[in-house]
Amino acid sequence: MKTRLLNLIKIALKAIVLNKMRTLLTMLGIIIGVASVIAMLAIGEGSKKSIKDQISSMGSNMLTIRPGSDMRGGVRMGSSETQSLRLDDFEALKEKATLLAYVTPQVNGSGQAINGANNWPTTIYGVNPEYLDIKVWELTDGSMFTNLEVRTAAKVAVVGQTVVDNLFPNGENPIGKMIRFNSIPFKIIGVLEEKGESNFGQDQDDIIIAPYTTIQKRILAIDYIQAIVASAISEDKAEAAVDEITTILRSQHKLGVNEQDDFNVFSMDELIDTFSSTSEMLTVLLVAIASISLLIGGIGIMNIMYVSVKERTREIGLRMAVGAKGGDILVQFLIEAVLISVTGGIIGVILGFGATFFIKSILGWPTIITTYSVIVSFAVCAITGIFFGWYPSRKASALDPISALRYE
Amino acid sequence: MEKTIINVHDLKRDFRMGDEIVHALKGVSMQIKEGEFVTIMGSSGSGKSTLLNIIGCLDSPTSGSYEIDGVPVNKLGRNELATIRNEKIGFIFQSYNLLPRTTALENVELPLIYNNKVSAQERQKRAVNALKMVGLGDRMGHTPSQLSGGQQQRVAIARCLVNDPVIILADEATGNLDTRTSYEIMALFQDLNKKGKTIAFVTHEQDIAEFSGRTIVLKDGHIIKDEKKQRIMDAAQKLADLPKEDDE
Repeated sequence: MKTRLLNLIKIALKAIVLNKMRTLLTMLGIIIGVASVIAMLAIGEGSKKSIKDQISSMGSNMLTIRPGSDMRGGVRMGSSETQSLRLDDFEALKEKATLLAYVTPQVNGSGQAINGANNWPTTIYGVNPEYLDIKVWELTDGSMFTNLEVRTAAKVAVVGQTVVDNLFPNGENPIGKMIRFNSIPFKIIGVLEEKGESNFGQDQDDIIIAPYTTIQKRILAIDYIQAIVASAISEDKAEAAVDEITTILRSQHKLGVNEQDDFNVFSMDELIDTFSSTSEMLTVLLVAIASISLLIGGIGIMNIMYVSVKERTREIGLRMAVGAKGGDILVQFLIEAVLISVTGGIIGVILGFGATFFIKSILGWPTIITTYSVIVSFAVCAITGIFFGWYPSRKASALDPISALRYE
Repeated sequence: MEKTIINVHDLKRDFRMGDEIVHALKGVSMQIKEGEFVTIMGSSGSGKSTLLNIIGCLDSPTSGSYEIDGVPVNKLGRNELATIRNEKIGFIFQSYNLLPRTTALENVELPLIYNNKVSAQERQKRAVNALKMVGLGDRMGHTPSQLSGGQQQRVAIARCLVNDPVIILADEATGNLDTRTSYEIMALFQDLNKKGKTIAFVTHEQDIAEFSGRTIVLKDGHIIKDEKKQRIMDAAQKLADLPKEDDE
């Protein structure tokens, strides 16, 4: 049986080699189909990865807790109006949470920063020193304020590069200089390293960081906090940390079993998911388009196999006359179809790699070739060969030997 | 007593042509014994090709019984018929039916590809021997387009010999050949017959029938004559008697 199959493969191979040009043209559809599927998936995966990397660079373990919309006497309140987060909550988390590496309260206000004749609209963030660890942010100059300065509500600030550029256009060293934010004077003690634009097109360097106590008292005049920012001890613990925070804060807020959370915990995972799903949709679209060319390639195979069967009707008749069974004929033509599609698939994979490399090096797009994209497109083209080769092969095997022999 | 290779009894074959039913064979009975060289004659439409196709297991009768080499064929399915064709029958066609762009050796090997009992080495050995037997030992690597009509038919004969069939069936095997080549082919058939091969040969040419030992004549689906010949013409002798041609 094994030698019989081997013989049938040899026969099929011979038919392919004897019709080189025709085979090549038939393969072309498959080649283009497979190559484009691989290239499209590589582009999709690449953009997904680059989005993920950028979000991770913002601090991949970062968790943000914000007050959530709350029902008070049947009236739903907007989240900005709720003041359900307090410093107690921050302290409870600091004390009880085991899965958090760093925690800081956060308050922020926007306003005008002024240095002499220069002024610049920006946002001031009130946090504690752990903020930089959470954001994975370094200083290029100076130092971060200390916990002591937080306790004493010192008027010190660390500024981002954009703020420096706008308030000190002549390139002076800002360290030690005094600036005013909403008429409150702050002494600059540090400069943040440049982070550039975020994925959302936001300038991350347009920022001033100061002790949260200072912002609460001097600028906002509030005693609650607007958010708590924390980082999980590791990325894979982030989800468990969300649960832990929820438990701690629910007991802190004395919420009953039937009551909704009056806060929300956001993790970067959710953000990543949102963005990934967008790029995933794009990938699906690209792959759908590429699949159409694979389908057309498959129809090309069917077409050529159909012609091949017609053209070789007498040969089929002869093979049957000397003892080939219907199954032998079926398998022979099926092997031929599969060989064409698989060879086309291999060339397509190589071409797909080439195209991906081209896109990466010439256009500079991020691309990633995943094993599954290669396996899937290859499997699809093998299945295409079987699927589209089946009908003509079946037809060949059902031929009546006498009429096949007489066929002109 | 000689073995009966072919035994057909009251064979009928109807074809449906639109609304009409054509009776190609209307009850044919005959036997072919081992070692016989039978010519089946008849004008076109007499049913001789239909009979040969049924004997060759390419077609099945509408009614009647048929045994080949002791095996009743009536009830066999498509695949079993294919096996019978492969192991017991050698077919030769008017138009040779060789695979184009395929060497003589590969063409001869063809039936053995569909025989699981024969290994690749055995296959090649038997194909080489068959080609030597028909006098084409030096043309094994040639493709059909590089061979003359007579040589192509020799390849076809070699092909029908490799499976060592119980009967060789030839359908107008000399129909496309000139007189000299026809005699050459007939001499080859006579030679094979002397070596013990059973041959059934369909033709409409009277002088070709002279070379066989028995002639069956069909007309309108019936056997009208079945006679053994006393004097069989020697094809090799006839070939020698032909006026000499200037070869090259």
